[in-house]
Amino acid sequence: MEEILRVKDLRKSFGDNEVLHGVSFSLHRGDVLAVIGPSGGGKSTLLRCVTNLEPVSAGSIRIAGEDLVSGGAYAPRAVQRRICLRIGLVFQNFNLFPHFSVLRNVTEAQRVVLGRSREHAAAHAMDLLDKMGLSAKADAYPCELSGGQQQRVSIARALALDPEVLFFDEPTSALDPELTGEILKVIRGLAEEKMTMVIVTHEMAFARDVSDRVLFLDGGVVAEEGPPAEVFGAPNNERTREFLRRFAG
Amino acid sequence: MPLAGLLLDLLEGLCVSAEIFALTLLFALPLGLVVAFGRMSRWWALRQVSRVFVSVMRGTPLMLQLFFFYFGPYYIFGIPLKPSYRFAACIIAFSLNYSAYFAEIYRAGIESIPAGQHEAAKMLGFTRPQTFFRIVLPQVVKRILPPVTNEVITLVKDTSLAFTLSVMEMFTVAKMAASAHTTMLPFVVAGAFYYVFNYLVAWGMERIEKMLSYYR
Ligand SMILES: Nc1ncnc2c1ncn2[C@@H]1O[C@H](COP(=O)(O)OP(=O)(O)O)[C@@H](O)[C@H]1O
Ligand SMILES: [Mg+2]
Repeated sequence: MEEILRVKDLRKSFGDNEVLHGVSFSLHRGDVLAVIGPSGGGKSTLLRCVTNLEPVSAGSIRIAGEDLVSGGAYAPRAVQRRICLRIGLVFQNFNLFPHFSVLRNVTEAQRVVLGRSREHAAAHAMDLLDKMGLSAKADAYPCELSGGQQQRVSIARALALDPEVLFFDEPTSALDPELTGEILKVIRGLAEEKMTMVIVTHEMAFARDVSDRVLFLDGGVVAEEGPPAEVFGAPNNERTREFLRRFAG
Repeated sequence: MPLAGLLLDLLEGLCVSAEIFALTLLFALPLGLVVAFGRMSRWWALRQVSRVFVSVMRGTPLMLQLFFFYFGPYYIFGIPLKPSYRFAACIIAFSLNYSAYFAEIYRAGIESIPAGQHEAAKMLGFTRPQTFFRIVLPQVVKRILPPVTNEVITLVKDTSLAFTLSVMEMFTVAKMAASAHTTMLPFVVAGAFYYVFNYLVAWGMERIEKMLSYYR
């Protein structure tokens, strides 16, 4: 399978506090990578660096055959934008546009960024909303929706641009426990369709179930990486064992 | 004193007041945005210039600024004063003064939009101008409506300061009529007109707030 994402020796400091100490991993098209680890371990920072929301301090990121950053040197802005159009990010707290209806949240970027026609954008958006079980809410505003519904809209919004890789940063952490199931179900559905995804999550059973690879990030280093059966079943690292004991209960 | 004549004079003055009001908003509302951008600029020098501008415009009396912009061209450049310049000087002073207040309101509004909105827009490929005009500004407008309403209402009353340059707005007319006929009546009527003016302004702003209440 084609390699779609390669991160090499990624370092990230805030001031003189280095929080990622040389992280490397790669991802193949159609695979799901679960990123787990204790809070403060650098999972969000890693995701933000790879999605170009945060500049790296050193290292390389290659997405779909193009270098976003190579040896700490960034591609020209136009190239960065082009690369970033091929990926999508789903935020922990949705970040929907409150002044747009659900439908417009999903159509706006298609129209403005990709230049799709109103009809084309709306048809694509309605397909996605339908898939998310939200076609009845197309004309509602985000504030009228439950957290779970908002998160499904934000997934539809990200999918609307047909990204090649979709990133999730704890997509269920801001939700009431009874609402996490609907989001996990949606992500599971995407995995079945062979959507390439990187998912930061604390839902261990879900991670084990849905992912092809698991990356355990602790203290800014990859403490363990491998297929879920290995990482969850027979972790090599003492930190991983301890973490899993605490989480898996 | 013939009441009809007084009413007509005051109404004529009211038109000039309304003109000052409308022109000030026309210039100050966009100018305030430019100043707000200056305040938030990446460039230190631009930030400092706009900071000093806002500080001076808010820290000195509007009346003094009216004099400054009216007499400035004469005292500084020796350009002879023409009476026709009175009105222009008045609009310049009002516009600059109010742009400083609007700038601070805009800045607070823009900075109150969560970083997540910018990040979501960036992830969707919006350019920075697209993000500002499509995502940020509409939300800012809703948030700043109450403080802007306050300023606009103050502006209605502040137009009376144009009397210091003898611009024939309503207060100037009322003052002249009162001293010519030794009566309080012009002030009472002018007061009523100001009140109605502001009542309409408040009503209009409330309508706009209602229009924008379809989301939180
Ligand atoms: N913007 C920031 N400025 C300074 N320090 C930060 C910033 N973002 C994250 N950090 C620090 O980086 C470390 C990793 O944080 P984070 O990536 O959020 O971890 P996780 O998502 O795994 O909980 C933490 O110590 C956090 O305090
Ligand atoms: Mg996090």
